[in-house]
Formats: sequence, C-alpha cells, structure tokens
Amino acid sequence: MVVTSKGNHTTPVKPSPGAAGAAATTATSLLTKKDGRPAKGGKLAKIRRSTPTRSFAARRKDLPVALLLIFPSVVGFLVFYAYPTFRGIYLSFTDFRVLSPPNWVGLENLRTMVHDDVFWQSLWVTVYFVLLSVIFGTLVSLVTAVVLHRVTRSSTLRGVILLPFLISNVIAALVWQWMLDPTMGIINIALERLTGHSILFLGSTDWAIPAVAAISVWKWMGYYALLIFAGLQTIPPTIYEAGRVDGASEWQMFRRLTVPLLRPILAMVVVLTVINAFQVFDIVQVTTKGGPAHASNVLQKYIYDKAFSQFDFGYAATMSLALFALLITVTFTQLRLARANESDLN
Amino acid sequence: MALTLAPTRNGQRPGSPSRSRKVSPGRIAAWTYLAVVMAVTLFPFYWILRTALSNNYLLATDPSSPLPVGFTWGAFERALGLASAAEAQAQGGSGASLDIALFLRNSLIYATSQTLLIVLFSAAGAYAFSRLHWRGRNLVFSILITALMVPTVFTLLPNFVMIKDLGLLNSFAGLVLPGGLFQAFTLFFLRQFMLGLSSEVEEAAIIDGAGPLRIFFRIILPMSSAPLATVSLLMFVNAWNDYFWPLLVTSSQDVQPLTLGLGVFKQSSPQAAPDWAGLMAAALIAALPILLLFLAFGKRIVNSIGFSGLK
Repeated sequence: MVVTSKGNHTTPVKPSPGAAGAAATTATSLLTKKDGRPAKGGKLAKIRRSTPTRSFAARRKDLPVALLLIFPSVVGFLVFYAYPTFRGIYLSFTDFRVLSPPNWVGLENLRTMVHDDVFWQSLWVTVYFVLLSVIFGTLVSLVTAVVLHRVTRSSTLRGVILLPFLISNVIAALVWQWMLDPTMGIINIALERLTGHSILFLGSTDWAIPAVAAISVWKWMGYYALLIFAGLQTIPPTIYEAGRVDGASEWQMFRRLTVPLLRPILAMVVVLTVINAFQVFDIVQVTTKGGPAHASNVLQKYIYDKAFSQFDFGYAATMSLALFALLITVTFTQLRLARANESDLN
Repeated sequence: MALTLAPTRNGQRPGSPSRSRKVSPGRIAAWTYLAVVMAVTLFPFYWILRTALSNNYLLATDPSSPLPVGFTWGAFERALGLASAAEAQAQGGSGASLDIALFLRNSLIYATSQTLLIVLFSAAGAYAFSRLHWRGRNLVFSILITALMVPTVFTLLPNFVMIKDLGLLNSFAGLVLPGGLFQAFTLFFLRQFMLGLSSEVEEAAIIDGAGPLRIFFRIILPMSSAPLATVSLLMFVNAWNDYFWPLLVTSSQDVQPLTLGLGVFKQSSPQAAPDWAGLMAAALIAALPILLLFLAFGKRIVNSIGFSGLK
C-alpha cells in the first residue's frame, strides 16, 4: 500500500484504472474521458468489476444470440487459423507442388532440409539478423524510453518517435536503400567526407544484414520505446523518492530499480522483437532480394522462393514448420529465463 | 546522469518522477541523446521529401545538397502518371508510369473493408464473450486465443492454397477474408474493455425488456466507441502497410495494393539508375493517408501502444 500524492486515501500499488491520470496503459484508463467516468467515479469503479446479475430467463436467451455473434470469429478461426495450421503440418510430410495432389513422402523433406546448405546458411543469416535487431533494438528503445520518461512529458515527442512504425516496411526499405546508395546515397557521401571510404552496404556480403537490421531497428524503435514507456509509467514515483532518500545515484536507480521493475515488459519486448525478426521478409525483398550471394537470404525469403519460384510447397511447409518450432522454443526459453510472470511490483 | 529530484509536491502526476528545473550535466546529456534520436527518426522523412521535389537528372550532380536539386513537381507528376513519356525522360525518369490512382483505390478498398469487417465481427464476438452468459463461454474464448501462438508466417502458405482452392486468387475477397473474419488481438482487446463496463445501464435496459442484440447495438457499441476507434486505426494501418499476403494472392494490377505497386514502379526503370525522385514521390503519396490519420488521431494511437503489452 502506498499513499498517493493526490488526496489522502490509500490505494494498492498496482495501477488501478480508477486512479486519475494514471498511465494510459490499461484499456479502461485509456478510454476514460479527461474528467473521469460519468459521475460517481469512485463508487462505480467498485461496481464495474462485478458481473452483471441477470435473471435466469434472460440468461437462457443468451445462448442462441451468443452463437450468432461469435459465428464470424469462429469461422475465421477454424478456416484461416486452425485448419491451415494442421494442413501446414500435413503438407510438410508431402511432395505438394500446388498443381498436383500431395503424395505422402514421410520424412523426406526433413532429410532434404538437414542436408540443405542453403537452408543452414539462411538460418544462420536469420539468427544473425535477430541478434542484431534484439541487442540494438532493445538497447536503444530502453534508453530512449527512460530518457523520455525522466525529462519530458511531451506527447508530441512520443508521437514523433512513432512515425517510422506507421509507414510500411516497403517505404522504409526504399528510402534507406536510397540513402545507402553506393554512389549517390547521402550516408555514403557523408562517410566519404569523414573517412575517405564508402561502403557498399546493401551490396556487400558483410554489410547487407547489418544494414537490413538497421532499417528494421529504425522502423520499430519508437513502438518498443513506447511499450517500455508505458511500463515505466506504472512504477510509482515514491519508489524513486525512497531511492533518492537512500542516496542512490541516477545510474544506481536505473540499475537497481528501473530495470528489475521493468523485467516483464523488457521480456515481452525481447520476445516480440525476436518473433518479428525471425519473420523478416519485406525489407529484404525490396532491398537485396536475398543477395549478394545469399548473404541476406533470410529464412522467410528462402521459404518464399522455394514455394513461389520452384513451387516446392511441401519443402517450403517443412521449413515453415521448423521456423514455427524454433519460435515456440525460443519464446518459451526466453520467458523462463526472464521469469516474465514475476514483477517486483507485486 | 545526475538529476536532482525535489520532494513530491501535491498534484504531481503519478508515474512521472518529480523534477527540478535545474540545468545539470545529466539533463544536457539526456536532451542531446533525445535530439540525436529525433534527428535519426525524422531525417529519412525529410530526405524523401527533398528527393521527391528534385529533378532526377540533376540529382547526380549534387547528391548531398540538403535542398531539392533543380526544384520541380515532375516526380509527383510521373508518380501520378500525369507526365508524358517525353517529359518524364527529360527529367531522368523512366518512360514507365505508375497507375498510382488504381493502386491507391485498391489499398483503400482492401484496408477499409478489412478494418470494417474485423472491427464489427470482433466487437460482436467480444460482446458475446464478455456480457452474455452461456455455457462454455470461457473455454471457447481460450481456444480462439490460441491463435496468438501461431506465427502468421506459418499459416501464409496453407492459406494461399486455401484461397486458391476457393478460387479467390486476384480478388478483394481473397485479400480481405483471412484477416477480416477473425484476429485474436482485436477480439482480446475489445473483450478486455467490455468486461470492465458498468452493468447498470444494461440492467435497466433488461428491465425495460430489451434483448441482447438491442443492448449490443444501442448500449455496448456506443459505450465502446473509444476502443473501437483505437482498434480501427491499428487495423487500418496494418492493412494499408501489408505486403506479404497481397504478394501471394494478387498478381493483377486491378487488385494489387500500393505496397506492391511501389515495387512494380521500382522494377519498371530499365536503366541502371532508378528514378529515385519518382520513387520517393510515390512513397510519399503512399504514406500520406497514414500520416494524415496520425495527425488527426495521433494521441489515440500513441496511447494505445501501451495497452497491448500490459494487463
């Protein structure tokens, strides 16, 4: 329990949607008007959590209506999620080529995959991309969020850092490709003037993936920074005051208070970044097409080429399944490592 | 970083540490960092604009000029297909023009119809999963939410086969259906909100003899207007920027959205140097609707970002 600075009643530390001006992190607080809820805010807040008491007769009428209302969602789920998932698993054991019906080939595709050098290379390229994205992306987002939180309340600034997130990957890829152009790109011209050397970036085997990762970090940084920012707003300021009283420096408070308290959010940001990064496709498709010499041939690009250039759907499905399994494993491992479900706030 | 914190004053907004207005090295460092981040964030947008207003022919003569080189609207004319082939080539464009109006129309149809469908269906589902009482409600909801576990990438190929089997390749129906009927996030987001609504108005309506459908349309939907707007914005932005799915299921320009159109435009320059000015103009036109939406509803979008991760 903590005494809030507003009024003199105590509230639990957990941000309650009712707290006026609380961070806009819960749907409810996000959606209340500035002046709070229509009248009787305090009392309502208690009632709002209760389930509606309804007469038995009303309840009996609910089932047919409910079935009608959930019908589109259930159809969409079955037709475009559940069935495709199982069909994808099934197809990965076949030699499906779209035009002819699939034949069961058992583990043939898996055997092909294990011996496929291009697959291993694309897996490595993807992991390299994921590592770069996660390390730089999370670091920059975290620092940006903390600095924003400490020095300004401007929602305009928060809006500005979100801009790249709103444009499509295709546009992000195009403008960066132009800026990284070997002869006319502004970045290479600046490099040339500063160091006397220019870098091929997207056209070089060493730089293709770092360049694609930079584009991706640029595009997603604002989004993740705002997620972390939302997490920061749930930390009660009294914790920092206590730290201040104990004579902690800004850096110590960051290390000992902010980071541990943010653990669930940071874990989530890392997991989201990993899931996104493993599926990178459009930036590569627009800038390098997987080149030069497979240097940026990420897994998703390789799967796409197998399926739509060579029509080898069975094999493409097998690789998708491998990617799926990899994502599930990585996600669970990360959540276990981060102990994401425990927050020191409780 | 050495900020000095004053003790809390009353009226301090919870969630932000109190600050003194003293200028300290820490503050300077923080603002410098922010300035750099903002510059890196915004520079590409400026560069799009600067390039789009340049003469593509003259770009090579002064590639580092901060201002447009040989200022002209030609690139926009080329992107919009208003320039004649001769004019375009005189400015270093390719003879190819991009039928951007058609692509814009397609993007608009795709994004709008998908947004309307998914928001309506998710709202209906969310209402059934939050305000109505029926046996198996939570079990069915849990099953639907497992869709969050399946990466989109995994269902892309089987869904392509499904759309092909249904004969919906190269149609708006094929584009919209997979994302228009059900998305776990929107259902979850809206249900979460509706669970927190007060039941007083609802109970009064029941006493007056209103049925569940009437309550949904007359009471719950109007009460949920804010989250509905938020979800609509996010869904529209997603559909507008979608690339992979349209790439799989569309091949004719009659249904291809702008994201694919930009790629077409890029490959249509036969000569070695692409028409960068024209490309940037097209990119700007493609991003414009989203940027306008952002100007209008920026705060709502910014504040919605925090929700997705927090209970």
